[in-house]
Amino acid sequence: MATDTRVILICSGKGGVGKTTLTANLGISLARQGETTAVLDADFGLRNLDLLLGLENRIVYTAQEVLEEECRLDQALVKHKQESNLSLLPAGNPRMLDWIKPDDMKRIVEMLSDQFKYVLIDCPAGVEDGFKNAMHASKEAIVVTNPEVSAVRDADRVIGLLNTNGIKPVQLVLNRVRPKMMANQEMLSIDDVKDILALPLLGLVLEDEQVIVSTNRGEPLTLNSTNSPAAKCYLNIARRLQGEEIALIDPAKEIAGFGAKFRRLMQTKIF
Amino acid sequence: MTLRDIIYKLLRRQPASASTARERLQLVLAHDRSDLSTDLLDQMRKEILEVVAKYVEIDMDEGAVSLETEDRMTALVANLPIKRTLNGQIKLLETAKEKKEKSENLEGGLTNS
Repeated sequence: MATDTRVILICSGKGGVGKTTLTANLGISLARQGETTAVLDADFGLRNLDLLLGLENRIVYTAQEVLEEECRLDQALVKHKQESNLSLLPAGNPRMLDWIKPDDMKRIVEMLSDQFKYVLIDCPAGVEDGFKNAMHASKEAIVVTNPEVSAVRDADRVIGLLNTNGIKPVQLVLNRVRPKMMANQEMLSIDDVKDILALPLLGLVLEDEQVIVSTNRGEPLTLNSTNSPAAKCYLNIARRLQGEEIALIDPAKEIAGFGAKFRRLMQTKIF
Repeated sequence: MTLRDIIYKLLRRQPASASTARERLQLVLAHDRSDLSTDLLDQMRKEILEVVAKYVEIDMDEGAVSLETEDRMTALVANLPIKRTLNGQIKLLETAKEKKEKSENLEGGLTNS
């Protein structure tokens, strides 16, 4: 087993905050940077990673057949069309939830670790068995959250569980940042979320309509639309994961036009 | 407080919602993180006081045991005003004579129980 393989759990607690989108885009970005990367869909109940990567029609076997030894791992792995460094291990049937154990997840991840430098695990929402199985197989974690009370509260629960289970390091990605709302103080600020959750910030991702367009096409943003705001954010996150030091985007500077200066003035702390 | 907050206050408008969100989150998280029901906390408080009372005389009415959360660390904070220790050193305004009597009484009480 390759000892330097990084097994990263991508989790959030709350659903719909952008775990799968982040997994898909980080997978593409890391593959583009020359790293052999596997993305593992651990959401057996509601799998979607195949759809976001545009690989849904090429699935023959899944993690289920690998575990039941009905096929070899390389038969189940789906290589990405354009980025050959990236492979997907699809989630099995929802019925797997009845019998899959933490050690089964561990076995799959160990198999993947032999072949890949990065193993990204797309975790199901919630803090139940699906999450615990995935956590058991991971070494480090990225917690995705949005600047909203419910997402932050759920993230806090997840962080507590990761801490007590010795997952290290745990880093934060703040997704769907709306600079204008933040400037108007109608959205929790980056510092608010960072302070409340007390985690190092791996990156933030700006709200971007192109994310929906890319999902429609099954082509993650980082594949073709590398100039869109969110794509830049994802690429930066991948580079920071690799150890590069890249400054965070300042949302206040992302607002164009005359209003920006005024909004910054209004944010001045008096006391 | 920011410039916006002050202007809003002057205009008697509702403050921007981010600060409300922050305050509500901090409250709900302090509760989530402690993960102890008030019953359990009460029981723990009682037992802690009993143990401490074996060694020092404390003011049971003034004592407070609570959970405080900061930076993902939850601390159990106990504030127990000590009247005096059981080996007889005066902690409060008591004469040397009273101290001797009281400590003897207390020590007797402990061995009996």
